[in-house]
Amino acid sequence: MSQVTNTTSDWKLPSPRKVGILTLILAESALFTIFVVAYVFYIGKSLNPPYPHQVLEFPWLGSIALFGSSGTIIAAERCLRSGNSKGFLIWWGLTLALGIYFVFFTATEWWKLIMVDGLTIATNTFGTSFFSLVGLHLFHVLVGLVLLSAVFVAAARKKIHSDHHEHVEVISYYWHFVDCIWIVVLTVVYIISVRATYG
Amino acid sequence: MSQDIIIEDNYRLPPPEKIGREPGSFTSVIQGLVFTVDHKKLGLMYIASGLLFFVIAGSLASLMRIQLMVPDNTFLPPDVYNRAFTMHGTTMVFLVGMPIIFGFANYLVPLMIGARDMAFPRMNAFGFWVFFFSGLLLYFSYLGAPGIYGAGSAPDVGWFAYSPLTSKAFSRGHSTDYWTMSLLLGGIGSVSTSINILVTIFCCRCKGMTLGKMPLFVWLNLVMVFLVILALPCLSACQIMLSLDRYLGGTFFDTQAGGSAVLWQHFFWIFGHPEVYVLIMPAFAIASEVIPVFSRKPIFGYPVMVAASISIAFLSLGVWAHHMLTIGMSALGNTFFVISTLLVAIPTGIKIFNWLGTMYGGKLRMELPMLFCIMFLFQFLVAGLTGVMLAIAPFNWQLSDSYFVVAHFHYILIGGLLFTIFAGIYYWYPKAFGRMLDKRLGMAHLVFFTIGFHVTFLPQHFLGFLGMPRRIYTYQADRGWDLWNFVSTVGVVFQAIGILFLVANLIYSYVRGKKAGNDPWDAWTLEWATTSPPQDYNFAELPEVKSRRPLWDAKHPNDPDWKHE
Repeated sequence: MSQVTNTTSDWKLPSPRKVGILTLILAESALFTIFVVAYVFYIGKSLNPPYPHQVLEFPWLGSIALFGSSGTIIAAERCLRSGNSKGFLIWWGLTLALGIYFVFFTATEWWKLIMVDGLTIATNTFGTSFFSLVGLHLFHVLVGLVLLSAVFVAAARKKIHSDHHEHVEVISYYWHFVDCIWIVVLTVVYIISVRATYG
Repeated sequence: MSQDIIIEDNYRLPPPEKIGREPGSFTSVIQGLVFTVDHKKLGLMYIASGLLFFVIAGSLASLMRIQLMVPDNTFLPPDVYNRAFTMHGTTMVFLVGMPIIFGFANYLVPLMIGARDMAFPRMNAFGFWVFFFSGLLLYFSYLGAPGIYGAGSAPDVGWFAYSPLTSKAFSRGHSTDYWTMSLLLGGIGSVSTSINILVTIFCCRCKGMTLGKMPLFVWLNLVMVFLVILALPCLSACQIMLSLDRYLGGTFFDTQAGGSAVLWQHFFWIFGHPEVYVLIMPAFAIASEVIPVFSRKPIFGYPVMVAASISIAFLSLGVWAHHMLTIGMSALGNTFFVISTLLVAIPTGIKIFNWLGTMYGGKLRMELPMLFCIMFLFQFLVAGLTGVMLAIAPFNWQLSDSYFVVAHFHYILIGGLLFTIFAGIYYWYPKAFGRMLDKRLGMAHLVFFTIGFHVTFLPQHFLGFLGMPRRIYTYQADRGWDLWNFVSTVGVVFQAIGILFLVANLIYSYVRGKKAGNDPWDAWTLEWATTSPPQDYNFAELPEVKSRRPLWDAKHPNDPDWKHE
């Protein structure tokens, strides 16, 4: 069976999985940059209401859940590394639950924006740039949830052990990245743009 | 430790005969192509499909040249002409340039770094098939785009699709959507292949091959995939935004609803300019392998070549608005982009001098790969100089969107990229198929194509000076453009004959070509250390490297390179 890596004891090269996920994160960062720039560009440029300061509320609960999930995934990794597979399952499940809560939270926020405030993607440039940026982030959260659930199901069936440490780590890199993007989105959307003046 | 991280990425299907097919039969050949995860087969498939799309897009270009041959011509109606230049541009960039350079990288990078395959072989196959279907999707627009009201056919908005041409009001039917979806899909394929190449280079090098000992081909492809990874997602973002505008009523680029058409231009060129360097880096990569081998000297200034490539890549991320000098930016904006663009000339000039320095005092062997590379040096110099001219803002205001620009970038992409691709084909064909390409047919190809290329594109500089805008489907007789347009079209005939010689050569030499042996050019990089064509596993025993020219070391044990490096 042929090897993919040429690594031997005195010739060490980085792990393909880790370099791969870091490169993917680089590409995703470029994608998000364009959407963030578009959002920033359109701050204060909407021709008609609703404007950000009228409808946006700071998403405390959702953000706490998402940032917290970055901590729980680290705890899960620690458990896996020390061979505590029960602890891993609990922490990993908690991460999954926090991620699902974030999606639920965003869903309620969007329901209010669309049904109560009448802000859709077609309403004004704020709506267009808001839903596309937050939606792109939400899409990445959903992809992360698929990955998290796959590992959770495997772990529940006792298929995950310390050999899979690196697989799990790759998913956690992605999840941390989704978190970091949320910091940028929070700053740009919920802190900066709600202070902009319109009209 | 890392012995355990291996294997499952490299899963191979059982050979065709074990799943009930006759080996060598048509179905088993097709099955081999569809199921393969071998980097060499995928590399050749990339190049072959790139050449196929090249013939299609070249035919579209010939139709356009026939239309422009004489004034007031009615050969192509205006709407068909618009589709022709849009499809020509999109195809040449995304379905010819990108796949061929990915093909070369796919085939050669693992061989040159002494690896058995790419880091993620199945993702490699994924990347190829996504690219291939994105091409089919683009061309399916000719049939599928006339939606329910019969509006639209193939995309007709130009390859950079400026807003508001792409809005629902001006582009009815689905033609623009085929363009958008095809590029979105192709972008996914390009990024996944690039990630794969990058990981392969960082994680799969054979023992002793430090970054400083990699062949320049590998270095330049590393720089190229970095640019793809940074630039292509910007294009994907553009396409997502455009789709939101067209389908969900978004207002990104709708000026009447507060959007901005200029924003599209910025976003597109943030992708578009690095893309130019994505396409030219592999040209540098091939020249940097061919020129030393045929000058019988190691490359002159290896570290400087690497540094120059990295600085070109870095600078290329900050020059995009020189495509937009006529939109009325502030003086500061214009100045910034003029200066950053002019800076690119410095590392590029360093490269040209390094290739000349490699040839200087060398024992030149004027074989076909070398001849194509020498043509590349001359033509790329012309292209670079017209680029410097266009970077000067006042000059640009005069000639932006004229045939001068068309001539400039065709000198880059044909005179630069395509000529080195030809050099690469003549250089590595013996490795891929075990037979040399025929010399006389190759010379005919070189002579006809070079003459045709210059006869077609040199007069287009003059047409630009005479004020002929690009993308017009016809012109009046009193403009003074007749002669040069006629000459330009005549050149196409020579180019077409040249390409016919190439195709004939590829087929003829596959059957009748002289046997090549493992190392027909007496070269120095690892791909020549294995059989021609290489086995599935590339190397029976993984090589170990001590210098930048491992085969020189093997051939000259008394005077190996590593004693001097």
